[in-house]
Amino acid sequence: MSTATVETTKSWGGGKSPFNVEYGKLMMWYFLMSDAFTFGAFLISYGTIRFSTNGWPDPNEVFRSFPFAPEGVHAPLVFVSVMTFILIVSSVTMVLAVKAGHEMDKKSVVKYMIWTIIGGIAFLGCQAWEWNHLHHEGAWWGRNPFLNADGTASSTNFTNYFFTITGFHGFHVFSGVIINIIMLIMTLMDKFEQRGHYLMIEKAGLYWHFVDLVWVFVFTCFYLV
Amino acid sequence: MSHTAQHEENHGNGEVKKVTIILSVLTIIELVLGFWMIDITSEALRLAIKGAIIILMMAKAFYIVAYFMHLKHELKNLIMTIVVPLGLFIWFIIAFLYDGNSFRNLRNTYDPYFKERSTIKVEKKAEGHGGGHEAGAAHAAADTTAHAKDTVSVENKH
Repeated sequence: MSTATVETTKSWGGGKSPFNVEYGKLMMWYFLMSDAFTFGAFLISYGTIRFSTNGWPDPNEVFRSFPFAPEGVHAPLVFVSVMTFILIVSSVTMVLAVKAGHEMDKKSVVKYMIWTIIGGIAFLGCQAWEWNHLHHEGAWWGRNPFLNADGTASSTNFTNYFFTITGFHGFHVFSGVIINIIMLIMTLMDKFEQRGHYLMIEKAGLYWHFVDLVWVFVFTCFYLV
Repeated sequence: MSHTAQHEENHGNGEVKKVTIILSVLTIIELVLGFWMIDITSEALRLAIKGAIIILMMAKAFYIVAYFMHLKHELKNLIMTIVVPLGLFIWFIIAFLYDGNSFRNLRNTYDPYFKERSTIKVEKKAEGHGGGHEAGAAHAAADTTAHAKDTVSVENKH
């Protein structure tokens, strides 16, 4: 107990970094915290509207198709589980890229960054397909062809929230892919070798994991519960 | 900001593998619960399953932040500066969901139109339009194609 107190006093007593991370990484954490509040506000707003409404469409009726599926197929949760696993796997390859960066292993960094980018693009492709499919069914901002689970008429809140929140998340995935591509190019140009460290990969990694983290919440709130 | 300033961590691939497996297993359990829930009609049981799914979601979030984002291995100062502000969410979620629920109860009690609207089922093709019309604002914004699709999906159902 006493050693812990000494430790705390010491870390703020000057002469050393109280957080022991570089500036950019700390700021990335603060940015992600603010972004978490933005997503949180969206999701809580969605929850509030849902709690204030008597009926709501059944996600298993709405999200029940997948690419190349025959017409009228009923396969709830199948496609979205594929999307979820794609994002988890690309998060894992990002961890491996960061780890390779720690070991100054340029070849592995390049390899894992490419896999991460492929995962991101695959996820975006899945989302584009799903949006396109729903649009063909008549769903978009301001129009909702789906009925509530109990067969009563639904409001456009459902589609508005779905497209806004998954769109905002998709935009984050898109910018994450762009950032990862920039990191890959910088790695290939030996920028990080010259600097002597791969800390930029770590910061890009934090952002990428955050995108995966948000999907965990979006996936649960829209598709599962 | 040199390489040496950073504390060298080498937690090995074991941890990555372990966390990957945990995340996959949690996701699979979530999906199993989701599939199971489709055929359940008991409201109480559905609510319990939803609660379980949300607990699993929080567990996944913990593993991603703690291990993939490495927060667990940072100094306590840094952990606190991130986690403590996020504690506001506890209040946000309780307050706003309670408010939404209260608003629904108030409207069901004092707004007969709101209450009635939630009991009218949209039925067949012809009545599909009528039902939507009676339901008012909701479908008013929808364009004709949406209406057409609407009736098609209703037909499929019956």
